[in-house]
Amino acid sequence: MAYIDYYKVLGLDKSATEAEIKKAYRKLARKYHPDVNPGDSEAEEKFKQLNEANEVLSNPENRKKYDKYGKDWQHAEAYEQAERQRSQYANAGGGSRAQYSGGFDEGDFSDFFSSMFGGSGGGGFRGNGRQAQFRGQDFNATLELDLRDVYEKHKRTLTVNGKNIRLTIPAGVENGQTIKIKGYGGEGMNGGPNGDLYLEFRIRNNTAFKRDGANLYKTVKLDLYTAVLGGELVVDTFDSSVKLKIAPETPSGKQVKLKGKGFPVYKKDGQFGDLYITYEIEMPTNLSAQEKNLFEELAKLRS
Amino acid sequence: MKTPEFIPVAHLSKQYRIEETFITELHEKGVLQLKIVEQTYCLHCDSMPVFEKIMRIHDELHINIEGIDVILNLLDKIDDLNRRLVKTQNRLRLYE
Repeated sequence: MAYIDYYKVLGLDKSATEAEIKKAYRKLARKYHPDVNPGDSEAEEKFKQLNEANEVLSNPENRKKYDKYGKDWQHAEAYEQAERQRSQYANAGGGSRAQYSGGFDEGDFSDFFSSMFGGSGGGGFRGNGRQAQFRGQDFNATLELDLRDVYEKHKRTLTVNGKNIRLTIPAGVENGQTIKIKGYGGEGMNGGPNGDLYLEFRIRNNTAFKRDGANLYKTVKLDLYTAVLGGELVVDTFDSSVKLKIAPETPSGKQVKLKGKGFPVYKKDGQFGDLYITYEIEMPTNLSAQEKNLFEELAKLRS
Repeated sequence: MKTPEFIPVAHLSKQYRIEETFITELHEKGVLQLKIVEQTYCLHCDSMPVFEKIMRIHDELHINIEGIDVILNLLDKIDDLNRRLVKTQNRLRLYE
């Protein structure tokens, strides 16, 4: 865990007065408070640092300790202990010097603040304390699904904060959509309501279809001869296949709409969007001499 | 224990250590909707998340009721813009 320069966090120098610390903290808290920066994890992290900086620098004892040891914070406790022992021995008239004997493992510290001041601050962010007393905490979770998974309504069991929650995922959920599942957050206290679970969906699309809401888009290849002379083509839809009539002289890029063959409309049972098929005409390659002659004949007819 | 649908303002005042008048003022200024149930001002449990947000903004940022109202309106706008952004990003995938 690296040393944190709390003065830098608040944009101050070491000579800052109590009033300057308070002012800087309040100004930055207004900027980075999680409630005014929804979904911004960087702001949330910054806000935590601000609270920590304020906790240390606005408390004269903490500030003194922090200023004294600064970057040597890892040895602060040992120095303090040595200091105490030295004064004890001095009082007793012993005069022997206490030695720091090691055993201080940097890996024991998961957090700069707790290692120096013991335990998390919690002072600045009073809201957490309030929430814990009444309404349960809101939980946020992300669920990754394949596009095929959300084509039909289905049940799924999720584990959120160690609890199994059985949910019905509606068909037609969109990528990036967040749904609130009421009462599935933390438990309320003193008769308060439970928090809610906010579930964000990430939809992976590994299919040949592109999606825009409930409409699907697909490009299919069409051979030159069918495009020129017309014919039939079997095209896979999302859940089955259809036989399409190809009109003679179909140009490349032509789009046809297959009504109701798209994706389910979210929370509208039985309603589907449309499927748009775009034809991409495939040019014949590796022509034989005879084929080339015939194309030349055709070209002459056109010129 | 089942949570009641409507929570009396007096109860909220005690739980959140805030003056009852502050909560009723939120209602009078149109920031938070309260309902009178059995002659008592109550908050619907669905409004609890916004109530808690108001409390945090008020407590931690020292913002008055008018300021809170402005913030909540702007947050609604941000929410709406974010939803539109996600929709637009999803549409852009059509051209990738």
